[in-house]
Amino acid sequence: MAAVLEEAGAAADHGQVVAGRNPWALAARQLWRNRIAMASLALFLLIVAVSFAAPLYASHVAHVDPFANNLNGTTIVNGKRVPLMQVGGGTLHLGETPIGPTWDVRNYFLGADSQGRDVAARVLYGGRSSLEIGIGSAAICCVIATVVALIAGFFGGVVDALLSRLMDVIWAFPVYLLAISISTELLTASNGLRIGPLNIVATSLWLPTLIIAFIYVPYVYRPVRGHVLTVARKEFAEAAIAQGASNLRLMFSDILPNVVSVVIVLLPLMIATTILTESALSFLSIGVQPPNASWGTIINDGQGLLYTRPWVAIAPGIMIVLTVLAMNVLGDGVRDALDPRAKLRVEG
Amino acid sequence: MLTFIIRRVLWTLLVMFAITLLVFVIFFKTPGVDPARQIAGRNPSPQVMQEIRHQFGLDRPFPVQYALMMKKIFVTRDLVSYSNQGERVVPEIAAATPATLSLVFGAAVIWVVVAIGMGVAAAVLKGTVLDPLLMIVALIGISIPVFWLGEVVNLITQSRYHDTFLFSWIPPLGYTPFSQNPLLWFQGLVMPWITLSVLYIGFYARVLRASLLEIQNEDYIRTARAKGLSERRVLLRHTLRNSMITFVSLFGLDFGVLVGGGALLTEIVFGIHGVGFLTYQSLTNLDLPVIMATVIYGAFFIVLANALVDIAYARLDPRVRLA
Repeated sequence: MAAVLEEAGAAADHGQVVAGRNPWALAARQLWRNRIAMASLALFLLIVAVSFAAPLYASHVAHVDPFANNLNGTTIVNGKRVPLMQVGGGTLHLGETPIGPTWDVRNYFLGADSQGRDVAARVLYGGRSSLEIGIGSAAICCVIATVVALIAGFFGGVVDALLSRLMDVIWAFPVYLLAISISTELLTASNGLRIGPLNIVATSLWLPTLIIAFIYVPYVYRPVRGHVLTVARKEFAEAAIAQGASNLRLMFSDILPNVVSVVIVLLPLMIATTILTESALSFLSIGVQPPNASWGTIINDGQGLLYTRPWVAIAPGIMIVLTVLAMNVLGDGVRDALDPRAKLRVEG
Repeated sequence: MLTFIIRRVLWTLLVMFAITLLVFVIFFKTPGVDPARQIAGRNPSPQVMQEIRHQFGLDRPFPVQYALMMKKIFVTRDLVSYSNQGERVVPEIAAATPATLSLVFGAAVIWVVVAIGMGVAAAVLKGTVLDPLLMIVALIGISIPVFWLGEVVNLITQSRYHDTFLFSWIPPLGYTPFSQNPLLWFQGLVMPWITLSVLYIGFYARVLRASLLEIQNEDYIRTARAKGLSERRVLLRHTLRNSMITFVSLFGLDFGVLVGGGALLTEIVFGIHGVGFLTYQSLTNLDLPVIMATVIYGAFFIVLANALVDIAYARLDPRVRLA
């Protein structure tokens, strides 16, 4: 501290103006200079934009309904009208095979799936669900974990012991097994989740979002609680107590701003993790339910066509890899900018 | 050390109890769900429903229901699957275990060897262009969904390039027990091993590199160099050896998770009938008793693996015992 003051004093002596920069601006500037991280962010935003433009693509460019069976439909290849389901189109030349990629954005760019639906449009729609669930569950998870961590770290004692042990139990439970247990129960019960007035139908995207948010709470809770514990003992917190600040004020306007950087570092990595988890659950058909589609469900649909029409399964996978990679790279960049010494680990 | 072990074992038992309770609550007490209907599978007759209600004590108080369920899973082991004509669940899980173990062991060997190679190479080559390159490869490995990678591998090895000399030796999808035909066992598992290990190679290479770079700044490394030890010896005997402490404890946890059912995506894609595959089959049949049992057994295995890792860690690093 003294050194900083001396330096500032020296600068003042030389008549220079020391620009006041808050740590957030410094971090933002460092992140801005990290070209790889910025490129990843741009890629991610591009994927988000394209996915959310799915209805526009389906209705104005491709002119298809990606959720309706279209087994008798036709499309245009090289100016000729051809049926979507082609007789003997596969390697065995038996039965009907959907048309493969035409590489023409207006006419079944990536071909059709086994129901004759436009794969390209479905991948965009699927991206919308995957991103909504991924971003939504990561955000919900971080909010819940932060609030619980604030309560545990602030009150300490029995409250902390109870909450931390509860988190330990959820943490000890393997992620996929926990997700599978909850999902089977809620999704197969045909009427979804019902708690009091709250009723979420099984086909709602909220169900996978909440399930995924819940299972990752301990992964965010642990580092945040550790931080709350140290911050709550700092002098400024004591000063606030001495001024008679209420518990709520202490928690949310004194401690929270000082631990929020931990959460921000974790957020992109959590989005990467939740998108991967959503795709895995949907692949197991216990994530997003029909008629909705997500990248995971499309890969599942494409399993049967893998050897004849591989693009049905490959295209959504490439989207997942790009999105998750972008988030992982951005996460590294954010961590370097905010907290160079942080050693955080999120299991995929 | 002994008090640490006792404390750890007691905590493990408590966690196991909590997990069974959690699973029980999820499967029997979810609001708006009738557990008897869930257990019965698809289209049960009223008689079957009646029998299930009686068998699982669904008309009796909560603790009795819980005790009955635990008895069926652990003591009498006669939990039966209703969708599968009364097949006993627990022996089924035991029969599926060797396939899962074969898959996870092989993948573990690959990922440990390759990850150490990549991590050390990246740390040694820091400052050159190869370090970021290796780390990008690692990051890509972390970002690939394992089930999709498996499908791409299948597409290449089973279909598109199967008839070339590269992959013609790969047998059709499925698992051959080692006792039946060791060669076929090996050939059939090579691709699943590689697929499963990719994620962990990426992850461990990153962790190892970070840990190596951090340890390089420690005082005892400077001392080792000052003693005049060769760079190679410093790296192998001092830096790498200490990095291994984190590496080994992470390995124990991940290995436990995979054996406990975490390998299910790989098992499904490659048609390996292990524990994870069993869970998946019961998911598609809505076979609740099997899901419940595989989840509880899997979770138990993982909790046990965690406890063993912690005890081994405490043995290696005395500071942990006091925490």
